[in-house]
Amino acid sequence: MTASLRLRAGLVSIVLLVAFLGVWHLAVRSSAPVTTMSPEYAKLMGLTATQGKSAMPGPFDVGAKLWEHVKSPFYDNGPNDKGLGIQLGYSIARVGTGYLLAVLVAIPLGFLIGMSPLLSKALDPFIQVLKPISPLAWMPLALYTIKDSSISAIFVIFICSIWPMLLNTVFGVASVRKEWINVARTLEVGTIRRAFTVILPAAAPTILTGMRISIGIAWLVIVAAEMLVGGTGIGYFVWNEWNNLSITNVIIAILLIGVVGMLLDQILARFTRMVTFPE
Amino acid sequence: MTDKFVSIEAIAKRYPGAGGVTTTIFENLWLSMARGEFACVIGHSGCGKTTVLNILAGLDAPSEGAVIVDGQAISGTSLDRAVIFQSHALLPWRTVLGNVAYAVSSKWRSWDRARVKAHAQTFIDLVGLTGSEHKRPSELSGGMKQRVGIARALSITPKMMLMDEPFSALDALTRGTLQDEVRRICLETGQTAFMITHDVDEAIYLADKIFLMTNGPGAVLAEVVENPLPRDRGRIDLHRHPLYYALRNHIVDFLVMRSKTFAAETPGHDPRNVPVVRIGKPGLTIASDAKSEPLNETSWPGLARPSTSS
Repeated sequence: MTASLRLRAGLVSIVLLVAFLGVWHLAVRSSAPVTTMSPEYAKLMGLTATQGKSAMPGPFDVGAKLWEHVKSPFYDNGPNDKGLGIQLGYSIARVGTGYLLAVLVAIPLGFLIGMSPLLSKALDPFIQVLKPISPLAWMPLALYTIKDSSISAIFVIFICSIWPMLLNTVFGVASVRKEWINVARTLEVGTIRRAFTVILPAAAPTILTGMRISIGIAWLVIVAAEMLVGGTGIGYFVWNEWNNLSITNVIIAILLIGVVGMLLDQILARFTRMVTFPE
Repeated sequence: MTDKFVSIEAIAKRYPGAGGVTTTIFENLWLSMARGEFACVIGHSGCGKTTVLNILAGLDAPSEGAVIVDGQAISGTSLDRAVIFQSHALLPWRTVLGNVAYAVSSKWRSWDRARVKAHAQTFIDLVGLTGSEHKRPSELSGGMKQRVGIARALSITPKMMLMDEPFSALDALTRGTLQDEVRRICLETGQTAFMITHDVDEAIYLADKIFLMTNGPGAVLAEVVENPLPRDRGRIDLHRHPLYYALRNHIVDFLVMRSKTFAAETPGHDPRNVPVVRIGKPGLTIASDAKSEPLNETSWPGLARPSTSS
């Protein structure tokens, strides 16, 4: 039953994909009337004017270009022409660094806040104000103080991924069942051992959920951040290709951003499943 | 004075309520138990039974008064006093063995893994869970979970066991089996046990002493009923004992009627010297028993016949 359901769902997915590609292909077929012009002028105008080709690339154009990128993902022809693998690598490295720093701060801090009602109440107003700030709003401040665009991007990732993790850790730690704490208390388990043997495993599913939300947000934000700071990264690539008017490359980048985001989410989902316990 | 293993002395519990009014759950509560004794507390919800147990466990602190166990005033929790929780409170991310081993390694920090495991296994076997060591709590039935809770409590070889309605969430059949087990284990190991229950029959079967508490707030320990049934009582012929119904009626009467009115009707009640009720022993009959004598006569045929229980 489940196998057949998966089979049918897969089939529907493929049908939808084919239908989408078909509609796309038909929609971008030649449309505009062809005007006659001198050959020199035609060179400047491009295929849209000379052959009535749509400015929007079709699925076959994108497919062919994607295949080129896949064949040589790591070429480096100077600052404005690097392989997609390199660009994605820069983005993933920035997200990874900012995110790991956020993990290192958010989880211990969340533990402390969650275990102390005083800290929880005292820090709540700060968290409530800082949390809704768009991470990009920090960018000028970061650029001014850090004076390094690459590190500023990492800082922006750090600041955007810290809140979901911090809040989920606080919530997870504060809502560990009283009876589990009482078990540890009646067994005279010390604070440190209690934190690692009772509170951490009990709060782990909630913490991991926060980490999963954070990685999603971090990946959303890196594209925008790199558009601002420039230089390297998939976000810069998108903006650069827009300036080159290469819609094909923009579409490919969009597709890859989606795929990488999905993979990051799946990795965290797997970790979440590992620490989830049935009750 | 000589054999007071547990002595609760003048404890009170108050909570600050809304508008500066403090709510007193109970005050000036005195209670004592001898070593190896099995005591049950019966009372309606809200009378502070669980609070008394939590104070005894060290999970809660009294607003006034002190608790002395084995000659020492308690402060906080202790591995000497094991708690069996109503909701079993197993750690769901650990296996059966893991849950018991957690307690064992908490008591004996220096033991190596093999020794902890062997010790935990003994107690898993004791409660009849051999073969389920590697199951998670979610894979166990309610009764099996509570068995793990009992094994965990026993594995640290405590001086006394505290049980907060340990069987109330179980079906009647499982409850019966577990009561038998707990009784057997407590008798074998000479455990001192303090149990909260709502179940009158459970109290009669298990307890040596039954503490009756009046309704809260302002609950008091009204009476200490000594169980007249022999120590080696059996579940099967328990109800045939000539004093069984007298005891049962006394407790039920208390719960149904006197628990509400006790405080008003007994102005001279001395919480320090709570009357001890010995059912069926001449010279110590109490007022409520005397009044309901004719009624008891008719519904109590066992009294006329010689005792059938040994």
